Amino acid sequence: MRSDVTQYEMVAPKSLDEVLANLSSEPGKWTLFAGGTDLMVLMESGKLAPKNFLSLWGVKELKGISYTDDSMTFGALTTYGELQRHSKVREYFPMLIQAAKETGGLAIQNRGTLGGNIANASPAADSPPGLLVYDAELELTSVDGSRWVPYDGFHTGYKQMKLGEAELITKIRVPRPDPKGVHYFKKVGTRRAQAISKIVLAGFGLMNEGAVKTVRIAVGSVAAITLRCHKTEAFLTGKSLNDSVIAEASEIFGGEITPIDDVRSTGRYRRQVGKNLLKDFLESL
Amino acid sequence: MANAAIGRSVPRKEGRSKVTGEIQYIDDLSFPEAIYGTVIRSPVARGKILGVHFEGDFPWDEFIKVTAEDIPGENRQALILNDQPCLAVDRINHREEPVLLIAHPNKHLLIEARKHVRIEVEEETPIYTIEDSDAKKEVIWGEDNILKKYRVEKGNVDDVWASAHKVIEGEYRTGAQEQLYIEPQGMVAKASPEDGVTVWGSLQCPYYIQGSLEVLFGIPADQCRVVYAATGGGFGGKEEYPTVIAGHTALLAWKSGKTVKMIYDRAEDMAVTTKRHPSLTRHKTAIDKDGKLLAMDVEFLLDGGAYATLTSVVLSRGTIHAVGPYLCPNVRVNARALATNLPPHGAFRGFGAPQSCFAIERHMNKVARAAGLTPEEFRNRNFLNKGQRTATGQLIEENVDMQGLLTTALEKSDYHAKKARFAKENVGQRIKKGIGFATFFHGAGFTGSGEKHLASTLGMEADRNGRIRVLAASTEIGQGANTVFSQVAADTLKISYDAIDIEKPDTEKVPNSGPTVASRTSMIVGNLVAVAAKQLLAKLREAQLLGDEYTPDQFNSACDQYIEKHGELKVISEYSQPPGINWDEENYQGDAYGTYAWAAYVAEVEVDTLTYVTEVKDFVAVQEIGKVLHPIMAAGQIEGGVAQGVGFAVYEKVVWRDGVMINNQMTNYIMPTASDVPEIRVFFEEEPYAYGAAGAKGIGELPLDGSAPAVINAVEDAMKIDIDFIPMLPEDLFELIESAANNGQGEE
Ligand SMILES: Cc1cc2nc3c(=O)[nH]c(=O)nc-3n(C[C@H](O)[C@H](O)[C@H](O)COP(=O)(O)OP(=O)(O)OC[C@H]3O[C@@H](n4cnc5c(N)ncnc54)[C@H](O)[C@@H]3O)c2cc1C
Repeated sequence: MRSDVTQYEMVAPKSLDEVLANLSSEPGKWTLFAGGTDLMVLMESGKLAPKNFLSLWGVKELKGISYTDDSMTFGALTTYGELQRHSKVREYFPMLIQAAKETGGLAIQNRGTLGGNIANASPAADSPPGLLVYDAELELTSVDGSRWVPYDGFHTGYKQMKLGEAELITKIRVPRPDPKGVHYFKKVGTRRAQAISKIVLAGFGLMNEGAVKTVRIAVGSVAAITLRCHKTEAFLTGKSLNDSVIAEASEIFGGEITPIDDVRSTGRYRRQVGKNLLKDFLESL
Repeated sequence: MANAAIGRSVPRKEGRSKVTGEIQYIDDLSFPEAIYGTVIRSPVARGKILGVHFEGDFPWDEFIKVTAEDIPGENRQALILNDQPCLAVDRINHREEPVLLIAHPNKHLLIEARKHVRIEVEEETPIYTIEDSDAKKEVIWGEDNILKKYRVEKGNVDDVWASAHKVIEGEYRTGAQEQLYIEPQGMVAKASPEDGVTVWGSLQCPYYIQGSLEVLFGIPADQCRVVYAATGGGFGGKEEYPTVIAGHTALLAWKSGKTVKMIYDRAEDMAVTTKRHPSLTRHKTAIDKDGKLLAMDVEFLLDGGAYATLTSVVLSRGTIHAVGPYLCPNVRVNARALATNLPPHGAFRGFGAPQSCFAIERHMNKVARAAGLTPEEFRNRNFLNKGQRTATGQLIEENVDMQGLLTTALEKSDYHAKKARFAKENVGQRIKKGIGFATFFHGAGFTGSGEKHLASTLGMEADRNGRIRVLAASTEIGQGANTVFSQVAADTLKISYDAIDIEKPDTEKVPNSGPTVASRTSMIVGNLVAVAAKQLLAKLREAQLLGDEYTPDQFNSACDQYIEKHGELKVISEYSQPPGINWDEENYQGDAYGTYAWAAYVAEVEVDTLTYVTEVKDFVAVQEIGKVLHPIMAAGQIEGGVAQGVGFAVYEKVVWRDGVMINNQMTNYIMPTASDVPEIRVFFEEEPYAYGAAGAKGIGELPLDGSAPAVINAVEDAMKIDIDFIPMLPEDLFELIESAANNGQGEE
């Protein structure tokens, strides 16, 4: 008994306009409530200050998955279950599927959303590494209109992001990756289900004539934000892969991450496993 | 109708109400007038209380406040020793120690207000480890920090070392473990000087609570009523701790004159209630040239936490199980439970045996290696057999065949073929496979003369339609007590299983059949059901109402006629100790348990060398448990216990910081899920025990003993690395591999 549910207010707008109007009329007053799977944990532990919540669950504009020849777009309210059931997502974005499958358990997958996973801004979240590696973009919307921003760079520090008080994430768009590329995703959780990542690594790589043409790597739970490893990527690009290149990449990668000891794991372990996964990924190219 | 119910998987008595959600747990019971209570706890692990301050903007005079001064009787938790206060007075001995109680009708106000009660303390240096306590770095309990000690001696180990072929030493550790019953603890109380005290709650042992309320309120037992509410799991966690909550809730009710409800949330439950005692075991073992055990010298140490609670009894069981099911002419076990400034540790399924069993089963592998024998061959040469004596000198008179059990387990798991295959195929592989086993026993029921002292009684009553009501204080906590009692009653009376009802445990209605602990409920209390049923039949026969052979209808009409004439048909059965049990408590010699269950478990694991994660892939559990009363429930006990043992071995770690558990959430205390536990293949052998219900032995705790060492022995096989502690998490394996690599040990 750390929170009393009667102390919380929730409003359930029926349209995006209503959400935006609420957000802009009293900035700071409202907290968005999508699936609630992060917020309810805070409530249970007494860490959710009694506040006014806007439930997004009934807002149709935030739902649905659409695609063109070039890209795929997810409403912010897309759940892990919806992702897994969509054949095109399975075909083009296997890392998002794998992350979705390994997120929580079935109940969480039916309720937890992509938008919530991003906006909760946990460095241990499982969708961000894949989204970063797929070069995702976010659509941010306020009463003043919408804007698209690259997802890389959206998180600026622990639980911090470039999102205005009256703004919300409305869409997530990912360009279709080169069909010849290799997708690598590995979550090292505390157990097989209902597990927070101790480390999670996503990689996308494309070889051309024995050399790395494109490589993108992102890793969670090893820094204040989910990290896109630009230095390691830059080093690898153009190189042909052998043991010494991989060893050097591993060193550079080790310099990019800053894992710490916490209640779930140790910095030393995370660092070593990060390197092991990077090696495993590069060897799969 | 011989054994119409026993041996069959009849539907659970309370199964339907659990599946439909109709059953009521303590938080489901409606007490519309209840106000809410909570506990204000110590912010430090050790120190002096200087004052209590009610701060912030709260209507403090509206709150019911209870301090030690409000206790009408004695300020202590009546258990074995009386060292633990109900509310701390001057001194604080562990984090989260209860200091005062507050209650208010408004839940929200209570939640907020409790953050603003400040306990002012002068901190003192706490100790948190067995070693620091043993070295008396600080003396925090009694004169020497020793909560209890035992010594078991057989032969003389010191005569052996010099002439032994080999002497092998080892040191083994196990961590704290949280019971993690699904339903957190909670109580509701009404109390007044006129009406006495009544509590309803989630609990295993109604009469333990009654005994402590008597002392706390200074009123007679018949004014302390304890009523069981459906209880969502216990595993020992609801053996002694509910006494604490009952006392607190009742004190608030007594002072306020109101009904008071106190339900722990998960975080509070995990941080403040008892856990499995951490342990440290040191083994020194001598063998001869043939790999036969000559001497076993064991030092078995438990971390008791800040107060004695049930620690002495946990230590006792751990001590008696410390050398396993092996024959050794010279044995010495020195056992000590030491106080630390952690919250008191307490009862948990297995009760000390899983700790010492982990040590012996790891050590036996080590000794086998030193002897140049396989783990199997070494054990086969040393198993205890019928006609031989245990460490306490108990003559084994039952038909024991440990070698047979092991052989069966190895066959069922395809151990030999797999072991050979893994050794070959692991080379150069990212995933290393391994297979390992443990062989062990578990004494059923209370230790030594425990059952005699308990002197349990049980009632049975018939109504005029021949329906039978069993009256027992033993609680249904998910293990199936109600079902087993009904099976035994039905078959003994030769009537239908459906004609049996189990009275809800309520100290006003049921006699004291003892606590629901120690794997004793089916075996011992179940036998009291059989005895009562026979007494009931005898009454009917004496009254010439029933012949030797009868139909259920004849039974019903016999009951009817008897009640017509005598007003009621009710009997009380009493425990009587089986003949030939002799226990010397002073010297720890004699018949430690009436009987033992015997087992051989095989685990197969995969270790991922990229992530250092160990997963258990197959598990074979073979055990001899006397008569199997209910195949599905018996298998369920084993499966659940193995899952808990897998957790104990490679998942569940209590992370302590400054004397308190900081991963007190299910997100961060990693209990294995269904996806983490393999199919558990359970096989039973039956050697009926003459004094257990229909031949049953106790099985509830058994599976916890051997699962963890079987898993770790399998990891040893996969990684060729010595692991002498649990929980062994991926982080630990990583460090072990690193240091082995630095020392040139490990995989060839
Ligand atoms: C048992 C359990 C297991 C879990 N396992 C995992 C796991 O394996 N991996 C993992 O990554 N996570 C896990 N989670 C966390 C959680 O389920 C995910 O982060 C989920 O995606 C959150 O989505 P939601 O819609 O429920 O977020 P909510 O709880 O509704 O919101 C989270 C935050 O995002 C904000 N927000 C929500 N939507 C928007 C939006 N459109 N625009 C701006 N801000 C918004 C909210 O205001 C809030 O601050 C688990 C949680 C639980 C309870």
